[in-house]
Amino acid sequence: MTNIKGFVNSIQTLGTLDGPGVRFVVFMQGCNLRCGCCHNPETWEMSGGTQYFPEEILNKVLRFKSYFGQDGGITLSGGEPLLQAEFAKELFVLCHNSGINTCIDTSGSLLSDDVKELLKHTDRVLLDIKYTDDDLYKEHAGCSLSRPLEFLKYVNEINIPVTLRQVIIPSLNDNEENILKLAEIYKTHSCIDSFELLPFKKLCSTKYEKYGLEFKFKDLPQPDENMMKKLNGFLIDKIKN
Amino acid sequence: MTHNNWNGFNSGKWQDEINVRDFIQTNYIEYRGDSSFLSGPTKRTNNLMKKVQDLFAEERKKGGVLDVDTETVSSLTSYKPGYIDKENELIVGLQTDAPLKRGVNPFGGMRMAKQACEAYGYKLSDKVTEGFRFRTTHNDGVFRAYTDEMRKARKCHVITGLPDAYGRGRIIGDYRRVALYGVDKLIEEKKKDKNALSTVDFDVDKVRLNEELFQQIAFLGYLKEMAAMYGYDISEPAKDAREAIQWTYFAYLAAIKEQNGAAMSLGRVSTFFDIYIERDLKAGILTEESAQELIDDFVIKLRVARHLRTPEYNELFGGDPMWITEAVGGMGEDNRSLCTKSSFRILNTLYTLGSSPEPNLTILWSTSLPEGFKNFCAKVSIDTDSIQYENDDVMRPIYGDDYAIACCVSAMKVGKQMQFFGARCNLAKLLLIAINGGYDTTSGMHIGPQMEVMDTEKLDFDEVMERLDVYIAWLSNLYVNTMNVIHYMHDKYAYEKIQMALHDTSVDRFMAFGIAGLSVVADSLSAIKYATVRPIKDENGFIADFETEGSFPKYGNDDDRVDLIAKDMAHKVITELRKTPTYRNAIHTLSVLTITSNVMYGKNTGATPDGRKAHSPFAPGANPLHNREENGALASLNSVAKISYDDCRDGISNTFSITPQALGKTDSDRVNNLVNILDGYFKQNAHHININVLNRETLMDAYENPEKYPNLTIRVSGYAVNFNKLSREQQKEVISRTFHEVM
Repeated sequence: MTNIKGFVNSIQTLGTLDGPGVRFVVFMQGCNLRCGCCHNPETWEMSGGTQYFPEEILNKVLRFKSYFGQDGGITLSGGEPLLQAEFAKELFVLCHNSGINTCIDTSGSLLSDDVKELLKHTDRVLLDIKYTDDDLYKEHAGCSLSRPLEFLKYVNEINIPVTLRQVIIPSLNDNEENILKLAEIYKTHSCIDSFELLPFKKLCSTKYEKYGLEFKFKDLPQPDENMMKKLNGFLIDKIKN
Repeated sequence: MTHNNWNGFNSGKWQDEINVRDFIQTNYIEYRGDSSFLSGPTKRTNNLMKKVQDLFAEERKKGGVLDVDTETVSSLTSYKPGYIDKENELIVGLQTDAPLKRGVNPFGGMRMAKQACEAYGYKLSDKVTEGFRFRTTHNDGVFRAYTDEMRKARKCHVITGLPDAYGRGRIIGDYRRVALYGVDKLIEEKKKDKNALSTVDFDVDKVRLNEELFQQIAFLGYLKEMAAMYGYDISEPAKDAREAIQWTYFAYLAAIKEQNGAAMSLGRVSTFFDIYIERDLKAGILTEESAQELIDDFVIKLRVARHLRTPEYNELFGGDPMWITEAVGGMGEDNRSLCTKSSFRILNTLYTLGSSPEPNLTILWSTSLPEGFKNFCAKVSIDTDSIQYENDDVMRPIYGDDYAIACCVSAMKVGKQMQFFGARCNLAKLLLIAINGGYDTTSGMHIGPQMEVMDTEKLDFDEVMERLDVYIAWLSNLYVNTMNVIHYMHDKYAYEKIQMALHDTSVDRFMAFGIAGLSVVADSLSAIKYATVRPIKDENGFIADFETEGSFPKYGNDDDRVDLIAKDMAHKVITELRKTPTYRNAIHTLSVLTITSNVMYGKNTGATPDGRKAHSPFAPGANPLHNREENGALASLNSVAKISYDDCRDGISNTFSITPQALGKTDSDRVNNLVNILDGYFKQNAHHININVLNRETLMDAYENPEKYPNLTIRVSGYAVNFNKLSREQQKEVISRTFHEVM
């Protein structure tokens, strides 16, 4: 038993987009970055949310085990789940004891001893490389690109499957140069077995209004379907060759 | 016994007794593959379907009814043969002498027949009116025996939708018997049963049964006559697949000519047909394409089936439903699945003929079903929104492996069990009546035990429950007695002669009660228990509104604090119902199903303590109230799964709408995820689910531009409807329902 409580923003019992199969997604409270495209600004602050012991979350997850099939399980998203690595680790140990697949959705911008412990009990990492350009990363995410790359290097060493993700934001990273760099990252890390390019969306703008926060990218356009198709095709192409 | 037309079939008990199940079990070939073998429509099918589509368009243009034969009383042989396109039909037979022309059926009630004619600009002929002048209809009989209190309960809408003005329906004849045995054999068996009665003492039950058998035998004769009018002799067993389908369809057609019951379900025919199709394929008489063509033609006939209803009826139920429910799939008692290639073929009609609410294709889902079949079902759901799922793993232990679904969610052994349909009572309204001490604020009527209006500043959970118990006991007793009147009279004046001829002579009967407003009551009681609910009185001193302060657990979030209130309510109601004996010793059952009448029930119900505004819709069936789910789709499913099938043997309906995007990234992800959702839900002993995979925007567009979506089908509560046939109010309600979507 542990006394660590996790700060949880919300729970989505049917997640089909954050990891393989049907997933129970826990959105953790708190984030160390401030991305201009963030669609969960309500999770930024560490305060707020509901506190749970790992066992309490486990008991909730178990109520949904019957839906997981062969691929599904739990995904910790947020916010940044690595900020609460100790809690997450405890939870994942419990999940593994109950035969539940574990997944984290992260920016990979932290790599503490606690994070390393957490990764031991993680079945898949969804790694969101926000930009492949260090200046953009610093300006629009708030830290250096070297941190997620360092994280990825470590994950590669311990060989946890990774899905590489990136949100495509017109005028910032919707270009071939970025895709070439992504392909390079993909090819040089054997742990990466899949990727997802996600279109930047502004559905979340109402949340910014609700919480009185500034939506930095509110004036940027959403990428159209053709652009997404083109970049996807280009990335596949570059990964193959 | 043997017959030439049975050559090639494996022998079994079915040859010596009427036993379709045994025939299926000894002869069917399970199919465990995927859908890749299926054929598309033939040119002939396309041409025929084009004619039907044109007729549908014309019907819509004419306000929903294409034509009415006001001169003839509907029965098996009262119309000349009708065709859509005589030369090009493989399966023949229409209810009247022309497609979509509706017949008049006054046996259930004259008033409804007259009003229905008038509503569409017709007048019931003097000939028909005169013919019924000295004849008692079911409706006449019921109103002779209704007590004042029954009339009041009906009038204030605390019990509604009762089948007291038209056919009761929800009876499934074993139409397959005609194909397997031919009509002569069935007559012979019924005569034996009738003769056997000569050795017993004649009490009321035996006299009635004896007369019923007389009628059954007479109508089997009419069935033969009806087929002969179309040029078919159905005295003997069917000799090939086309005849098997034709014979079966004639039997069903006879039923819908004789009866205008609300739900006229088909049963479980596709795997039965498959045995004949396999035999013909082997003999080289059929190809995959011609096999699909036969099924297509049969399904076209089901799609043109119609009854003449009043607009009020259509408003209540949304369009023109017949609930031609066909149960597909399921497991056998020997652990082989009952999936055959024809299980796929009948689902394939949603592609070959386009999506459609009828027939009401119902998958009997088991976690053990073959993967290929599960995946195909999920794909069909995602593509067409036209099918529903019911849990074979909870029903099979009770009904065996040859049961079917009547209407939406009512299971019964085919040819061995029937039900007395009983609509539903309005639990949310009952709660308000209880709080007001026997006064209904909506209708202004005093009803039930009379006591003081609850006089507290804040409603106390225990006090409310104590009251509610009194009123549940009162209503349950009244409800059973009302049903006894209805079904006594239906047996007496509108007995289902052909359908009961296709049952065993000794049948089990269910009496099916229902509740509406379960989620409203659960949330209201939860509000009273966990928040502060202050009653607000009107100028007459009755409680007409509530002020609810603070938060409370809401049904639909997998929270036991409120989910168990819902579960207990269902248990309470069925327990009370069981205390009053039923007509013909029917077994009491209960459903949580509203079809589309959740809008109407809400309209007739005042504001409730959960914060629901007066007259606003209930959630359909056992669904959580719209947009009260806070933790996503699966939590909502878990809440519904807690309602016990043991309490609600007549079914627990849940309607689930999800956007394609929320179901997964790729087509194959969506199929896999939906299969996992169904498995996960049913593993928890849940009973039923309707699946809609569509965007709210599609419905909003269809609401504004109906002409763009002539065939938009959506599942509502236990069945599917054409979106355009819903009333504007119902359309709005469907749009406002919870769509599980990506945040």
